[in-house]
Amino acid sequence: MSENYCLEVKGLSKWFGGLAANLDIDFSVAEGEIVSVIGPNGAGKSTLFNCIMGFYKPNSGKVSFFGKDITRLRADKVCKLGIARTFQVVQIISDMTVLENVVTGALLRYTSVAHAREKAEEILAFTGLSGKKDFRGTELTIADKKRLEVSMALATQPKLLMLDEAMAGLTIVELRQIIDLIKKIRKQGMTLVVVEHVMEAVMEISDRVVVLNSGKKIMEGPPKEVVSCPEVIQAYLGDKYRAVCK
Amino acid sequence: MQQIINGLMIGFMYSLIAIGLTLIWGVMNIVNFAHGDFLMIGMFTSFWLFTIYGLDPLFSIPICFLLLFVMGVAIYRFIVSKVMKGPMLAQLVVTFGVSIFLSNLAVYLWTPDFRLISSTFFQGTWDMGDFNLSKPKAIASMGSIITSICVFLFMKKTKIGKAILATEMDRESALLMGINTERINSISFGIGAALVGVAGAFLSTYYYIYPQVGGLFGTIAFSIVALGGFGSIEGAFIAGILVGLAQTLGGFFFDPAYKYAIVFMIYLITIWIRPKGLLGW
Amino acid sequence: MKNFTAKPITIAGAVLALLLIFPLVITQTFPIHVMILVFMFGMLGVAWNIMGGYAGMFSFGQAAFFGIGAYTSSYLLIAFQVNPWIGLILGGLVAALVAAAIGYPCSNLRGHYFAIASIAFSEIVRIHFNNWSLVNAAEGITIPMMPESLANFMFHSSKLPYYYIIMAFLLIAVIVCYIVATSKMGYYFRAIKESHDVAEVLGINVVKYRLIAIMVSAFLSAMAGTFYAQYILYIDPESVMLGAISIQIVLISMLGGAGSVLGPVLGAAILVPLSETTRVMLGHKGTGVDMLIYGFLITIISVYQPQGVWEWFTRIGKKIK
Repeated sequence: MSENYCLEVKGLSKWFGGLAANLDIDFSVAEGEIVSVIGPNGAGKSTLFNCIMGFYKPNSGKVSFFGKDITRLRADKVCKLGIARTFQVVQIISDMTVLENVVTGALLRYTSVAHAREKAEEILAFTGLSGKKDFRGTELTIADKKRLEVSMALATQPKLLMLDEAMAGLTIVELRQIIDLIKKIRKQGMTLVVVEHVMEAVMEISDRVVVLNSGKKIMEGPPKEVVSCPEVIQAYLGDKYRAVCK
Repeated sequence: MQQIINGLMIGFMYSLIAIGLTLIWGVMNIVNFAHGDFLMIGMFTSFWLFTIYGLDPLFSIPICFLLLFVMGVAIYRFIVSKVMKGPMLAQLVVTFGVSIFLSNLAVYLWTPDFRLISSTFFQGTWDMGDFNLSKPKAIASMGSIITSICVFLFMKKTKIGKAILATEMDRESALLMGINTERINSISFGIGAALVGVAGAFLSTYYYIYPQVGGLFGTIAFSIVALGGFGSIEGAFIAGILVGLAQTLGGFFFDPAYKYAIVFMIYLITIWIRPKGLLGW
Repeated sequence: MKNFTAKPITIAGAVLALLLIFPLVITQTFPIHVMILVFMFGMLGVAWNIMGGYAGMFSFGQAAFFGIGAYTSSYLLIAFQVNPWIGLILGGLVAALVAAAIGYPCSNLRGHYFAIASIAFSEIVRIHFNNWSLVNAAEGITIPMMPESLANFMFHSSKLPYYYIIMAFLLIAVIVCYIVATSKMGYYFRAIKESHDVAEVLGINVVKYRLIAIMVSAFLSAMAGTFYAQYILYIDPESVMLGAISIQIVLISMLGGAGSVLGPVLGAAILVPLSETTRVMLGHKGTGVDMLIYGFLITIISVYQPQGVWEWFTRIGKKIK
């Protein structure tokens, strides 16, 4: 039964000293779904990502990717298996051009730089950065850097894409562009797990929403259900975000 | 027993040298490869004041402090600050350049000869039965301890000191709280240089004074800073003593020729096993 | 208005041709000796660049590998009559192994921490060799006189063969660096240089690629060491493992341009003749003036042109086009 799931997280806990950043987290993601992970700051969302990706080793629990146990795998091995991620603070290779950045990602699946370059050009066309392919990393706007980061992740040809607060710091226009890009990526058959604070976007793109608070999962379900759940609203009390149902 | 005493005494000197280095490292994340040469300048300052004016090294301490402070601030303002935003390689190399410049300036001005301060206020040794306590070394050690305590109090009690600590811990927050981090950088570099200049004054009471003396002490200071924890003053103090002991005892029990190799090994092992050092954050 | 477009290939070809006929035209020994050193340091710089400029591991201890190469081939020659050419390869392998051994625990170190680790390592090696009776400790090793021949890697009557050999070595190093830079490895090194996290997230095995960089760098540096031993015919820890050599290597790479294949060669071409001539002219009295100028230059370059001179040239070259 679990082989049907793209990603399965069971009983995941991660402690830092005396603090439980993640406590007994359970959830699964089916192939082709978009699942959003939300929660107030400090709820443990990035820790969860880091545990799944292999940057942290969880203290207990299990992470499976298409049935394969990846709990103790190093991040680069996890990437090879087909999970890619972006970071909360955007990370690209600033000394390289846009094209070179994406080539670096594509090289995971090719040994020839020429083939990787072809793939990279494809990806840049897909994400809309072809016009800027010779720009240096340092010359990009934040929105373009984020788009580049997504392009680099896509170049590794993942089956699961994890986006960590991809929408932070974007204008309304840029937000719309990223949302459209996410939908476009999903149409290609990608599974997505997204950490987000921008509730309008969460409502629009998610099939399901997982809510974390203080390291624990407090709720999971379709967006509309989650948003009207009193416990969730209480977790956000004091936050200036209000869920808007479309 | 004699070895332990010797180790302690060299350790106290190391502590003071390392405190200056860890301060600079902690505040602006730059390794001052010229640190040993600041020590050398301190030693020569003390030497010339003694030779020309007959001033006992212990009295030249305030002069060394001021001179090296000004030098440190100047070097920061006109040289180091300009590479802070540059590539990592430039940051690494620039203090090397200063180091080469200073040590060879000393060779040019004062020849490469070895010198000693011939008679200081405190001379000779105390015979403590089990071991001999060299008076100059003991006084220097005490001086180092007192200075270290002063630095510690300065950091914790004065406004500037607290600003420095704040910048060390979290640069961005310090900026947001209105601390002029550029000025803190200058002051920290200056104090770091001044402290090691004072160490030079102490050291000059019994150690050979020559232009290349900085190289060895500077390199050893890296081990100490790593062991104590980058940025931690208490750590640097304790680590200095530990390294001094390790060097002397290690050299005694194993092979004196390898005593510095032991110190370098300490750096490597610390950085592999416990990168934050004993008391670092 | 003339349009001056000089294709890089033609420039390279011209320079190469000039270098080939140089020792036939200028026959005094000092200039040839300087050029030999230029080539040798150029090779060391290119080797350094592979791990430093490209992969971001700024080593201030390359002299250790240089010395290990020199010592391995010399010791094998004296103790076991191993031919220096074989000693060359073996020296490279030993250096690469040592590099891997020290590089592995340092896999997480970056920036200043790595730099100091490289100094600590290099000093430990030097101190050890200074006290190791197997290699004559501080007295050093004198390479035994052998009949002059290419097979013996020894020439007495003229420096010319040494000149061409080291030039060939440099070419090998440059080709290796070029292949690395333009291949998958080059991209991966540069990613690692930027950030370990970014590299891992793109599926790069950071530890593996760091080790490759260090080992290739060490092998080439050791080759230069064997050459030195066969050229100067005397080695001791103070001449082949000195920190000053390591720093010189870093400086020529930075001056020329870390992160470009030919940058270090350019850096060597500028810095080595400068330091050799100032040493001869000003340094013999022990006044330190030559090093004074040196230190001053380094500081100035770090502040005002840290990307190196090569970048400056290519910028001008683009403007001319």
